[in-house]
Amino acid sequence: MATEILMPALSPTMEEGTLAKWLVKEGDTVKSGDIMAEIETDKATMEFEAVDEGVIGKILIEEGTEGVKVNTAIAILVEEGEEVGDVEASKPAEPAEAPAKEEAKGDSAASGKDHPAPAAPSVDTTPDWPEGTKLKQQTVREALRDAMAEEMRRDENVFLMGEEVAEYQGAYKISQGLLDEFGSKRVIDTPITEHGFAGIGVGASWGGLRPIVEFMTWNFAMQAVDQIINSAAKTLYMSGGQMGSPMVFRGPNGAAARVGAQHSQDYAAWYMQIPGLRVAMPYSASDYKGLMKTAIRDPNPVIFLENEILYGRSFDVPDVEDYTVPFGKARIWREGSDVTIVSFGIGMTYALEAAEKLAEEGISAEVIDLRTLRPMDTASIIKSVQKTNRCVTVEEGWPQGSVGNYISSVLMQEAFDYLDAPVINCTGKDVPMPYAANLEKHALVTTAEVIEAVKTVTYK
Amino acid sequence: MAARKTTKKPNVSADELKAYYHDMLLIRRFEEKAGQLYGMGLIGGFCHLYIGQEAVVVGLEATAKEGDSRITTYRDHGHMLACGMDPNGVMAELTGREDGYSKGKGGSMHMFSKDKRFYGGHGIVGANVPLGAGLAFADKYKGNDNVTFTYFGDGAANQGQVYETFNMAALWQLPCIFVIENNQYAMGTSQQRSTSSAEIWERGKAFGIPGEAVDGMDVLAVKAAGETAVAHARSGKGPYILEIKTYRYRGHSMSDPAKYRTREEVQKMRDERDPIEAVRTLLLQGEHATEEDLKAIDKKIKDVVNESAEFAKNSPEPALDELWTDIYATEIPQEA
Repeated sequence: MATEILMPALSPTMEEGTLAKWLVKEGDTVKSGDIMAEIETDKATMEFEAVDEGVIGKILIEEGTEGVKVNTAIAILVEEGEEVGDVEASKPAEPAEAPAKEEAKGDSAASGKDHPAPAAPSVDTTPDWPEGTKLKQQTVREALRDAMAEEMRRDENVFLMGEEVAEYQGAYKISQGLLDEFGSKRVIDTPITEHGFAGIGVGASWGGLRPIVEFMTWNFAMQAVDQIINSAAKTLYMSGGQMGSPMVFRGPNGAAARVGAQHSQDYAAWYMQIPGLRVAMPYSASDYKGLMKTAIRDPNPVIFLENEILYGRSFDVPDVEDYTVPFGKARIWREGSDVTIVSFGIGMTYALEAAEKLAEEGISAEVIDLRTLRPMDTASIIKSVQKTNRCVTVEEGWPQGSVGNYISSVLMQEAFDYLDAPVINCTGKDVPMPYAANLEKHALVTTAEVIEAVKTVTYK
Repeated sequence: MAARKTTKKPNVSADELKAYYHDMLLIRRFEEKAGQLYGMGLIGGFCHLYIGQEAVVVGLEATAKEGDSRITTYRDHGHMLACGMDPNGVMAELTGREDGYSKGKGGSMHMFSKDKRFYGGHGIVGANVPLGAGLAFADKYKGNDNVTFTYFGDGAANQGQVYETFNMAALWQLPCIFVIENNQYAMGTSQQRSTSSAEIWERGKAFGIPGEAVDGMDVLAVKAAGETAVAHARSGKGPYILEIKTYRYRGHSMSDPAKYRTREEVQKMRDERDPIEAVRTLLLQGEHATEEDLKAIDKKIKDVVNESAEFAKNSPEPALDELWTDIYATEIPQEA
């Protein structure tokens, strides 16, 4: 049976080309893989190979012809002994269309909006622990270690790997005692090789384990960012849901003290942008504990952004057997009526300090701790702003493309009519972190700036 | 140490030889069909064909057992067919349809089968190497005797993360077989112009990882070397490197004019070293098969490949809802 040989597309963008040269003539026998012609695109000259075997019955497009559209018949291939006859060349086929498919149901999925309607945001306001729960004072450091230890006791597939996590007991002593309890099979010192061990961690998660990968700081994870995003975050989607990466990447994030530009970056806004990742950035010890346990159990890759300055701070932590905090639920630390201050992580220290001082001046601030940035509890922010009509965001990261920028945009789109003043984003300064003590202090966000921002939005 | 090329050949039965012929020819015909569908605009984006390299994956799959894992780069169609994935599902993924292995969301470079322990299909050169070691890590952690075949090219062999991985794989004795498919060109740059060492496998010696160079145009040589590597890794002795010298007949991707090498170079390889022709000759000369037997195999493969193309054309595009699924898992994935 005669078959048409069509002008091929030879690049992702090719629509037409020049049939530069025929390397076969009518009557020639070709087999799969033989080069039949040279075709010029706007970028290059390419060789065109036969796929089927047969005899070139007729050449339809002469060599040297320009502007030959993709899928135009350029020759006719016949079987041995067969005549071309009156086979008429077809018109260039339209770009191949897939069979029609029912359109997506409803618009909600396709619009990409996952924020609740502004009128009545549904907000979970149940307290993190019931009244009367026994509490104990614990540092963030102890809370993190307890969370990991509890989950390692619960699931033998959970293990911790990273630089100095085992024998050194952790560069910041977060993993103190874990080697003794769980042994070197489950608490693993790695070489200084972030890109490599992040990738091994992701592969281990595909192999059925639940890795916790510690970065000595998130600054060093820039060496590993390809594995975190291209391998861990995207594989569930790229595999059509067959396999995801149930694991935690954790370590201290943001500025510590006097460690300079390469050791002081806040990555909250970076990781918050990636679909497929969950991002937690807690402030208090109870949230470090409850969110870390949730993170280890979550079937998705979790970015856990800690803070070195907070490691030594003490907070109330429920003294109960299995304390967890869900992702995507903000915590209101202080109720107020004049302004909403939204923060997370160490930003909360400025937010709470500012609220305290503002109260002395008669300004009532509501302070919201987001706790997780992806998913983000925007409903709680909207609900609060519907009451206060004003919002200030606080973070240590840089201003351009900040977490606060995103919150501002959500409020503008979903609570515009409730706003009585533009939202102000208090952020770190738009500079690499300096070393000098006075410059460093000035480079970070300050409580004074938060107070000033609140006074600006409240017109005080 | 001089490069040693494996010359030992395993005893194989006529049936095994016929199976290798079948599997290699299936890959070749499938890839030719994929190239044709690309030319018709049914496959988009990047499409990297495996034609010429068939003996590598077919020889190594002959040494694998149930439970072993494999992971590779973006030149992955051959690996999927060789480990038993369905040609219909692979071709439908190439055309971006809902019956593809990733429901049309992965494409040529990002395809997976948890069922067959095929862990991709990776578009970032070198990134699959630590991932493969991670799969091997999980097997060692669980205490089974599975191994992971981690394939990458001569181009990827210059990525830093490959050596980070060699170090940890040796340090932790991971049951990982690093397979360097050296087809001599990293996209358009020849090995001589990109790689300081003539024998890439020898780099493993710096980490105490044994290895060898293998003639990748000879499926029996690949299988023999694979058996050595698998025995080493499976018995708990740690990783092993196979540098398999092979050759790709086609361009790096479909849009490669291939001006960095001569037509004569390619033609010479095809005429003198073709891995499928070599097995065909063995079968006929050893009187293990007749021309008629082989024609029947050819016919069967042609039908399978044509069916996969029809299946891939007729499968619908994914529903628009699929845009929003598989971003987050809601439960812990089941182990394969």
